Amino acid sequence: MTYLRIAGQFLVIAALFAAVAVFSNWPIYRQIPRGSAIVMLSFVHGADRKAECRRLTQEEIQKLPPNMRRVQECPRGRRPVYVELDLGGKTVFQASLPPTGIAGDGPSKVYERFVVPAGNHDIAVRMRDTSRTDGFDHERKAVVRLAADQMFVVDFRTESGEFVFR
Amino acid sequence: MVGAVRNVLRYGFEFIERPFERLFGPALNPLSQLGALGFFFFWVVAVSGIYLFIFFDTGIERAYESVEYISRDQWFHAGVMRSLHRYASDLMVVMVTVHLLRQFAYDQYRGVRWYSWFTGLPIIWLLYGSGITGYWLVWDRLAQYVAITTSELLDRLPIFGEPIARNFISTGTLSSRFFTLMVFMHIAVPLFLLFLMWVHILRISRPKVNPPRALALMMLFALIGVSVWKPALSQGHVDLAKAPMDVGLDWLYLPLYPLTETWGRGGIWAFLGAFSLMIGLMPWLPPLRRARPAQVDLDHCNGCARCAEDCPYEAIRIVGRTDNLPFPTQAQVNPALCVSCGICVGACPSSTPFRRSEDLKTGIDLPDYDLKTLRERTIEAAKALSGPGRVLVFACDYGGGRRLDGAVRLPCVAMAPPSLFDFVLSRDLADGIVIAGCAESACYNRLGVEWTKQRIAATRDPYLRARVPRERIATIWASALETRRVAAEIASFTKEMAKRPREKLRSPQASPAVTTQPGSDRTLTKVGSTV
Repeated sequence: MTYLRIAGQFLVIAALFAAVAVFSNWPIYRQIPRGSAIVMLSFVHGADRKAECRRLTQEEIQKLPPNMRRVQECPRGRRPVYVELDLGGKTVFQASLPPTGIAGDGPSKVYERFVVPAGNHDIAVRMRDTSRTDGFDHERKAVVRLAADQMFVVDFRTESGEFVFR
Repeated sequence: MVGAVRNVLRYGFEFIERPFERLFGPALNPLSQLGALGFFFFWVVAVSGIYLFIFFDTGIERAYESVEYISRDQWFHAGVMRSLHRYASDLMVVMVTVHLLRQFAYDQYRGVRWYSWFTGLPIIWLLYGSGITGYWLVWDRLAQYVAITTSELLDRLPIFGEPIARNFISTGTLSSRFFTLMVFMHIAVPLFLLFLMWVHILRISRPKVNPPRALALMMLFALIGVSVWKPALSQGHVDLAKAPMDVGLDWLYLPLYPLTETWGRGGIWAFLGAFSLMIGLMPWLPPLRRARPAQVDLDHCNGCARCAEDCPYEAIRIVGRTDNLPFPTQAQVNPALCVSCGICVGACPSSTPFRRSEDLKTGIDLPDYDLKTLRERTIEAAKALSGPGRVLVFACDYGGGRRLDGAVRLPCVAMAPPSLFDFVLSRDLADGIVIAGCAESACYNRLGVEWTKQRIAATRDPYLRARVPRERIATIWASALETRRVAAEIASFTKEMAKRPREKLRSPQASPAVTTQPGSDRTLTKVGSTV
């Protein structure tokens, strides 16, 4: 009876631990289908301010408290960044990205993932970050060859003002 | 709705607990040691983590290499430690989950128990936080997946300016200091977890924070065994130019991660928010309606502290005397912590039904079910007994005897003072007594079974007097499901009592030798000879 109980205890504990060991890295998870790649559109970029700095009039300056007087007023708020991404000639993403921050003065940001089959792809990206209402301030297009499981990133360098494909 | 789910779960637990109790014995039943096992696995994780930290390098390239060195070159000590670290963490998740479900199933989360339930919620969050930061440190493909998905989830919250996930989508964006930060997180979060585990048990008297040594050893050997059989290994170096594909997920820690693909990140946060809100509010959905808390009658309390010793909920404190009686201390009940289980009534030496005063009083009593009522119900139930083998049953409201006709029902069998059993037998109200409590490893009021056993065995004050023949007292510890077993054992005990001649109790007698029958369906407490 004692041996039977010990065997039973062993079986129960072994089953528990084996289950834990197995489920700690199985079943295998695959995020995207086999033979696919990921195109990632991701950047952080601040558009122009909503309005240019304006010189204050003498009356306006006088109205300000003495310790806060300044000669010009620069609105903090930024414009949204408008961006479009084409894959294979088809627009897969277009959005007006609002500025971040409570006062709306932070940069706009985007982080979008597109799963595409591995192979050659026409990629085109366009962005508008000024007051213009048509056309784009920054554009880039290229034909890229994507390997299976590749992570292809479409980024934007604010310093140089150009899109980067990597 | 909540009640129906609870009943189904309770049925499930009671269904498996009995075989577990038979297999391991009540003391080693893992299902009654879930909290203690959670603590045990935490310590295994802590010790193995400290050991691994000796070998771990926080450099961006060296992190993966150092873990590989641990797992391959030094597999026989550091590698085993890594596996212990991993599997003990996983087992902690299992213990916490089953513990949570069991407390819910047995309705041990409402009323004054809301505190432990509520403080368990941040423990779940921190446990997962600890595990997820740990997976990050290995810096293999799984770490890459965890890093990207976790940061994508965090980016969904309107907290961070620049998306954190951008750090993990191309090479050259991470520095070694990031790993230093992650190591700090992986130490700080578990430390805070330990602090909350302490907070979690603050309101519990005699919390089980250490499993019995035999059970702990079984678990430790099993952990070592599984670590050698299936060592925890890395899944290839991170390649940020590639998406992390074919990753072996730890489904105990990361079951929600794949769901980000279907539910979206907002959906995951909504689920987690709803889950946390539901768990947080459950003690009041609906609130537990309980009897009024115990009250101290200072005229009958000499501050002996037995009630405070026996209270499973730390609801009684011994404080300085507030009246003019010549005792230094008195008992004081905290109504916010009292569950009205009556265990204190059974512990009070003044609780004796032999008292001849017209209005039976004791030092501490339940206003809605006082000692006087208990004595009246006992006498009333005994009057209904007839024929040979008159057996009076004292049944717990939560055990297998709760639906028995003619039984004296109690919120906990430990509410019955040992002198009540003496009273029944010495006044010839019955030929035998059955105490039908909860299952040994699932006592609703935590310590009722234990205290009752010890009082009958005369190892815990107040003792059952030596003159009481133990063979005329049977204890049946059974879950609410085991009504048939309880009925069968009572019938068998009744037959046994019918064969015995009636006897008149005399006092005093020598101390009894107590024997129990471990492993038998019915644990009878018997004296070596008839008194």
